[in-house]
Amino acid sequence: MPEVENHAVHPDSKSGVPESSSKTIGLTDVEWRRLAFVLSLSFAVILPFVFEGFTTFQFTLAGIYAIAILGLNLLSGFNGQISLGHSTFYGIGAYTSAIMINQLEVPAYWTIPAAALICLSFGFIFGLTVTRLEGLYLALATFALAIATPQILKSKHVEQWTGGVQGLDVYKPDVPQALPLEADQWWYFVVLGILLLMLWCTKNLVNSRSGRAMIAIRDNPIAARSMGINTSLYKALTFGCSGLYAGTAGALSAIVIEYVAPDSFTFVLSFFFLTGMVIGGMASIPGVIFGALFVLFLPNFAEDFSKNLAYAIFGILLIATVYAMPSGSAGLFSAILTRLKQKLNQ
Amino acid sequence: MKNLLEVIDLDAFYGQSKVLHRVQFSLKPGGITTILGANGAGKTTTLRAICRMVHTKGKITFDGDSLVGKSTEEVSCCGIAHVPEGRGTFERLTTRENLQLGAVTRKRKSEIESDIERMHSYFPVLKERHYQQAGTLSGGEQQMLAVARALMLRPRLLLLDEPSFGLAPKLVRELFEILRHINQKEKVCMLIVEQNAALALDLADHAYLLETGKIVISGKAEIFKSDESVRRSYLGY
Amino acid sequence: MDLFVQQTLAGISNGAIYASLALAIVMIYQAIDHINFAQGEMAMFSTYIAWTLIVRFDVPYWIAFGLTLVISFLGGMLIERIVFAPIHQAPALSHLLVFLGLYAIFNSLAGEIWGHTIKEFPSPFPDYSFGGLIGAHQVGTIVIVMFMLAAIYSFFKTTKLGLALRAVASNPESARLVGIKVKWMRALGWGLAASLGSLSGMMIAPIVFLDPNMMGGILIYSFTAALIGGIDSPGGAVAGGFLVGVLENLVGTYVEFIGSELKLTFALLLITGTLLLKPNGLFGRKIVTRV
Repeated sequence: MPEVENHAVHPDSKSGVPESSSKTIGLTDVEWRRLAFVLSLSFAVILPFVFEGFTTFQFTLAGIYAIAILGLNLLSGFNGQISLGHSTFYGIGAYTSAIMINQLEVPAYWTIPAAALICLSFGFIFGLTVTRLEGLYLALATFALAIATPQILKSKHVEQWTGGVQGLDVYKPDVPQALPLEADQWWYFVVLGILLLMLWCTKNLVNSRSGRAMIAIRDNPIAARSMGINTSLYKALTFGCSGLYAGTAGALSAIVIEYVAPDSFTFVLSFFFLTGMVIGGMASIPGVIFGALFVLFLPNFAEDFSKNLAYAIFGILLIATVYAMPSGSAGLFSAILTRLKQKLNQ
Repeated sequence: MKNLLEVIDLDAFYGQSKVLHRVQFSLKPGGITTILGANGAGKTTTLRAICRMVHTKGKITFDGDSLVGKSTEEVSCCGIAHVPEGRGTFERLTTRENLQLGAVTRKRKSEIESDIERMHSYFPVLKERHYQQAGTLSGGEQQMLAVARALMLRPRLLLLDEPSFGLAPKLVRELFEILRHINQKEKVCMLIVEQNAALALDLADHAYLLETGKIVISGKAEIFKSDESVRRSYLGY
Repeated sequence: MDLFVQQTLAGISNGAIYASLALAIVMIYQAIDHINFAQGEMAMFSTYIAWTLIVRFDVPYWIAFGLTLVISFLGGMLIERIVFAPIHQAPALSHLLVFLGLYAIFNSLAGEIWGHTIKEFPSPFPDYSFGGLIGAHQVGTIVIVMFMLAAIYSFFKTTKLGLALRAVASNPESARLVGIKVKWMRALGWGLAASLGSLSGMMIAPIVFLDPNMMGGILIYSFTAALIGGIDSPGGAVAGGFLVGVLENLVGTYVEFIGSELKLTFALLLITGTLLLKPNGLFGRKIVTRV
């Protein structure tokens, strides 16, 4: 018994041996992570100069998806709330930006934080409303939200702003004159910058006190409540934050694609985000980039065989991921990494 | 006389943790045996092991057939009925349907009807509650129902997990009288797990004492009652 | 007044379809404690099978109808045995992912096999209208669904198998102890659910036409019906189905703001409202989460 008490008095004593002390080909885990970060970042910076415009545009979209998936992962991976309704937040972001640019002639850059704030509030209010729902019931409510959204956007009551079925055109601002960049390249870097910022914010958030509260709510809501965490408020705030990410992504997509229409924001989009999150790994921050690239590029490859195949492959992959990891904690991405590490260590 | 149930070197596990260690016991046909022990000693686990509801190692044979490798459903078809901890009532179904379910693996309809009548003669209260939702029955009535449901199988071995739990003392005495009667009349072999050791020892002819997953004493019930340490720890006088 | 009667009758007819799909959802909920998000897509796929039988192979309607019910039944059982039995213990999120996986697979498979162009689906009933109030197809739908519901009700109430199924839904562990083969009961529940779903698909297809996305909205109404009735109450699901059908039509007709284009939003409000205010539905039991 005395040993246990010892630990209780010095909670840090158990971390005497750092977990990263094991080395893989001469480098510790932390060093590997830094190396991977530097390499991917340099690759990301060179990328728009190597590939042609359309491919750059695709990577830009992947970056936007990554932001949305990051938001979803914050909600589901770290806070345990399932959402099938992120297409709605993304859509609200996109429409906010489009309406502000198209009808109010606000400069495009300003519409991004505006969309983010609107989705933050909507997410917070929605989160507060559904705070009592858990698991499949929350999935059901958000599923209904996703299904209803295109209809609402088309509705005659809002048609004068949303442009109804036709949607809205968006005018993308020019590249700053001082920069020797094409429009595709410039927007690629804007998205990359925002993505990096949000990755950094997320990392700090989940390692903070609030982040630990979020995770505690996911793992054991009742224990979290008894520890004095205001679970309803935290859940609603996480929903708001998650909405902020999705809204930012939506606004960026409206500007980059230069067009919004109701049928771009169907349940299928939510399904893509969810698949991206699961493939990248629940509660894995770098995983979202892998997941986003995956859901964006797999359909391109699959469509060479059949237009319908991509969706089916996602379905099979989702099921396969659950089979491989019934607890749903790690995704394909982390599974590959772990396997690789074991191979190298042998 | 040949043993009805033979348990040899039984280990049982919940996940990684081992809760029974080389438990060994046997039941004579037509006898009543009780397993005593404190909370967490592994009494319920022993019953669940017989019904194949936990992961085990070791031998369990019933009437010469090995139960290991059978599923819970198949064990009941061999003629082993289990009154589980917490009664296991089908709460949304009627009392009558609960009884019918006890005999769900039996074929002859007329026999089942006459058995329901028989249960009504043992437990008249069930007749009054015939078409009532079982979940609305009182705890005592549900306990009667659980025993009656188990008997509907016409079992050769009846496993009872804490039959006295939550019952008023008068009801407990009644229930145990009925159990004794059924044992004598129908020659049903019984294995009873009980907190109320005095009561169980009165009914049983044989007893085992479990402590932290091991059988520490076994013998005739009378010997148990006179054993100093058992009396102090479990009978409280 | 005519409009009111007409809309109510149309609502009852739609309600019959929602009722059968809602009952399918409740059945699977009772079998595995989860809400089947792929129920609509399964129904759509079954309806395509019926279409193939009728249009491609010239099978008479009622034979094709029966065959589709049987094929769907077997398909449902297979899905349970192959896909869901191995992950029986997995948490809700894993189940959700598998449901969504199935959703995607059925949707894209249907698109792959039958294409995305809208197809006409035959109605077995003549093109006749009773006094301009209700069409023969609507009346037929109500009759067939009521007949199926009655058949299922008597199956559950009078047969040993039905009793065993209800026992599993009520207390799976006790069911196993009395010797019921629980895993086959689960598969049976899935089979029945798939059959019921195919019925709803075949009845709605002549109205909304056949295409891979045809069940999206109908699934939402059926979820609403199941929730209003109480997700674990079969009778409630049926009542909820009719209620939602009638409400949907009347609200669409008389509440100008909603009209026909915001009906799904109305369903969304009903779902969220029910979940928040009366989470056990009108006829359901309390859902208790264990710590």
